[in-house]
Amino acid sequence: MPDLLIELFSEEIPARMQSRAAQDLQKLVTNGLVEAGLTYASAAAFSTPRRLTLTVEGLLASSPTTREERKGPKADAPEKAIEGFLRGAGLSRDQIETRETPKGAVLFAVIEKPGCPAAEIIAEVLESTIRNFPWPKSMRWGSGALKWVRPLHSILCILTDEAGCDVVPLDVDGITSGATTQGHRFMAPAQISVTSFEDYSAKLKRANVVLDAAERADAIWHAATNTAFASGLEVVEDAGLLAEVAGLVEWPVVLMGRIGDDFLDLPPEVLQTSMKEHQKFFSVRNPKTGRIERFITVANRETADNGATILAGNEKVLSARLSDAKFFWENDLRVAKSDMSVWTQALENVTFHNELGSQADRINRIAALARELAPVVGADPDMAEEAARLAKADLSSEMVYEFPELQGLMGRYYIESAGRNAAVAAAAQEHYSPLGPSDDVPTAPVSVAVALADKLDTLTGFWAINEKPTGSKDPFALRRAALGVIRLVLESGTNLRLNSVLVTQLALMLGNSQVEVTREAYMKYIRQADDAGLDFVADDFWKAFLEVAPDMDQDIQEEAIAAAPHAANNLLSFFHDRLKVYLKDQGIRHDIIDACIAMEGNDDLTLLVKRAKALSETLATDDGQNLIQGFKRANNILTQAEEADGVEYSYGADPKFAETDEERALFTALDAAEAQITPAMAAQDFTPAMSAMATLRAPIDAFFEATQINTDNQTVRRNRLNLLSRIRTLCLSVADLTKIEG
Amino acid sequence: MSNLPETPRSFQDIILRLQSYWASKGCAILQPYDMEVGAGTFHPATTLRSLGTQAWAAAYVQPSRRPTDGRYGENPNRLQHYYQYQVLIKPSPPDLQELYLGSLEAIGVDMALHDIRFVEDDWESPTLGAWGLGWEVWCDGMEVSQFTYFQQVGGHDCHPVSGELTYGLERLAMYILGVDHVMDMPFNNPQTPIPLTYGDIFKQTEEEYARWNFDVANTDVLLDQFKEAEAECEKILAQEHVDPKTGKRIIMAHPAYDQCIKASHMFNLLDARGVISVTERQAYIGRVRALAKQCADAFVQTRAGGWQPEDAA
Repeated sequence: MPDLLIELFSEEIPARMQSRAAQDLQKLVTNGLVEAGLTYASAAAFSTPRRLTLTVEGLLASSPTTREERKGPKADAPEKAIEGFLRGAGLSRDQIETRETPKGAVLFAVIEKPGCPAAEIIAEVLESTIRNFPWPKSMRWGSGALKWVRPLHSILCILTDEAGCDVVPLDVDGITSGATTQGHRFMAPAQISVTSFEDYSAKLKRANVVLDAAERADAIWHAATNTAFASGLEVVEDAGLLAEVAGLVEWPVVLMGRIGDDFLDLPPEVLQTSMKEHQKFFSVRNPKTGRIERFITVANRETADNGATILAGNEKVLSARLSDAKFFWENDLRVAKSDMSVWTQALENVTFHNELGSQADRINRIAALARELAPVVGADPDMAEEAARLAKADLSSEMVYEFPELQGLMGRYYIESAGRNAAVAAAAQEHYSPLGPSDDVPTAPVSVAVALADKLDTLTGFWAINEKPTGSKDPFALRRAALGVIRLVLESGTNLRLNSVLVTQLALMLGNSQVEVTREAYMKYIRQADDAGLDFVADDFWKAFLEVAPDMDQDIQEEAIAAAPHAANNLLSFFHDRLKVYLKDQGIRHDIIDACIAMEGNDDLTLLVKRAKALSETLATDDGQNLIQGFKRANNILTQAEEADGVEYSYGADPKFAETDEERALFTALDAAEAQITPAMAAQDFTPAMSAMATLRAPIDAFFEATQINTDNQTVRRNRLNLLSRIRTLCLSVADLTKIEG
Repeated sequence: MSNLPETPRSFQDIILRLQSYWASKGCAILQPYDMEVGAGTFHPATTLRSLGTQAWAAAYVQPSRRPTDGRYGENPNRLQHYYQYQVLIKPSPPDLQELYLGSLEAIGVDMALHDIRFVEDDWESPTLGAWGLGWEVWCDGMEVSQFTYFQQVGGHDCHPVSGELTYGLERLAMYILGVDHVMDMPFNNPQTPIPLTYGDIFKQTEEEYARWNFDVANTDVLLDQFKEAEAECEKILAQEHVDPKTGKRIIMAHPAYDQCIKASHMFNLLDARGVISVTERQAYIGRVRALAKQCADAFVQTRAGGWQPEDAA
């Protein structure tokens, strides 16, 4: 059983691509081998900045011989038929057998395909792998046509067994395979001949190359934490940076350097970001003060002066970088303290989106909306508006221009330095949140108001210009924004009627002259479908709308207002879809959510979820589960009867026509349940309402057990159907139970 | 270490060493292009010569202007006028990385003491319609060069591929010479009777240009010049290939490209004056790119661009 070793040696592979490339190499080669009949015991792939390596152990020495038997024509068949059979099998007349069968003498061909030696298969598979490698971006070099991530220099490809090691012959556009590689670019550049994977990795290590990225990362982290610890400090963890740095070196050497005293007063996030983004340094913190005081850099070599020159160089570069950062910080603070409106004005010249205007336009909309939402989330309207107006001011600051990832955080520092209210400053940082399903949701009311306004503005804006997410494409992160709204509303327990907010915002957006095309498309659709929901545009809404958009052309106003409810409906469904995904993760079934979405008030997400949770709990009980069966039975019988009779049984069940005890008991039970459910539902107190509903289970079951609905006495029959109608009406007042599955 | 040349002492010493190093590796040592450009890449010896099939090897210093980077000579690292050293070899030789590292040794970087790294950096020039893959080269954490394999220029795929090296001369020299402020850097040998620093030569001009670039340049004139250059470029390229006077086939790719360079510089000046909005910016870049593409289209129809008389047949 030979072992295979492959190394593709190139110029420096981008760090972010290495680990994926190693996996791809393993997958493509091993799949190719197995497809060709070469199975193996185990395989592993590795990457360094200059090489991708694959080791495959316990490979078959050749693919197995295959034997195929084909039945042909009878031995006395016409010559033409026999010739055709021979051609198909690729054999001559004397290579086939004649066998006696119950139907007489028949020709048989036995086609044996001899196995193919491993080397031949490997060469073919490896060449195809190289030519079709899925690099995120690849290039040509020199005069060649071959593509690789950076110029490919050599291919090591050997098969090793007890007898020794052989090169697998291979030539890809002039690069021929061999049994040699090179060590570290600077520390051990000589050629190395290898005979097996063990030999290869041992010799590489002697030639200052650690093959395994995980081993390099461990070594870096170990040395970094030890070095910091020795000075009473700790390294700030950053798994992404660690992986990247491990992809930049073959021979990691950890060095700890100093940050100039001038810079230690910069905000720690600024130090950390500048060092990470520009220099790929780890930050080193003083655990007593929380301040960042040193840095760790990872060099790619040992030197005679133990890294002194390298460290001095890195300190110097950092100092130049931090001088810039300090310059930005001080300039920004000066602006923040004197007049931040310079920044907000500058945003008038920054386009947010061609059709949705400038950042300043957007801020105006968010400020108005934050003010409107403030009372709902318990924030002071003036403060919410102020916070919204300042929350994005830092986009004009020099620091955020340099480090976009510090947006919001810098705003908080600058707004605080301007002596504004802490809640206003906090909103600058928090209004972008939550950024994902696991990100913290702000709880401060002012932050919640601005965060909601920000996301609702984004959603209604892109909905107005018909830029909705499709499939895997969501370039404006609208799913994330919708989930953000959902989490903000739910976690603050806010009862926000989304629909009126969406309609107003969408009408504003659609009235914007820049979205003419979309507006017209909506109008056309509405005219065609004639389901405009125009009734929704009540007079008071019309008046309110004129107030917020006084300059709008009358025709455009009318069209925008007509189109808005339709767009809002569509956007609300999008919220509901996101909500289903969110609640599914919390163990609430989609049909339960559907049953609740079908109810009035479904744009109040807090209410919707409260209802869904209560229903979910009820359905988890035996009574709840059986009640559903009872309800469905009642509903089915009733629906069939209504269809057959062409009438609706909805009124007038009278206990005086009841004939059985069970029937009378059901009347009593319905009266009792109704007395509990109606006030509970009015108070949106779903749990007691649903418990009361569940108590109907026993009387309904008993009723069906004892009573035949269809009797000859039409009065009794009608009365019973009307009784079923009471069950239906009462249950449907809680949730649309027809949507429940099972 | 002993066989390394003596450490350079001045800015010009570093330039001279690069010149003689690349001359020794077979490059034609060209002179700077006589027009205002934003980077060495704009020199026709790079932009145009990276197109077509003809082999090419050239190196040169290119004074470069980035009006927005002006800091009145006060910032230790930023200048509106600075020098780039540019090497372009087509087809890119297989040992280009080693050749490059050799050039660092030639200017006094001791490979045994420093940490040299090739860090991913994809290069793209929206104004030239060009892109390539390569790295920024780091020396002890400092970016000292850009290293690019050109894949496309002026909308044309590069066959063969050129290898381009760009050294930011001031930054690299400051590092080698151990200088913290660019204006303090010795320009000539500090031991000579008349030693001159970078500041002696450029402090005043940095101030003058910063003021002009940011506050005085007449934007109406600049805008007119942009439009004129654009129109002239298109007019040049619209001419018949055969010159009616001489009867020769003369495609004026270079004069047209000069106008493209001019338009690009006018755009940079307008940008520095802050009169170009974010949305307009893209449109201007697109207009310069359109010119660059037309110039590239024209150049590949010239002899230097690989056109052969039999192609016409």
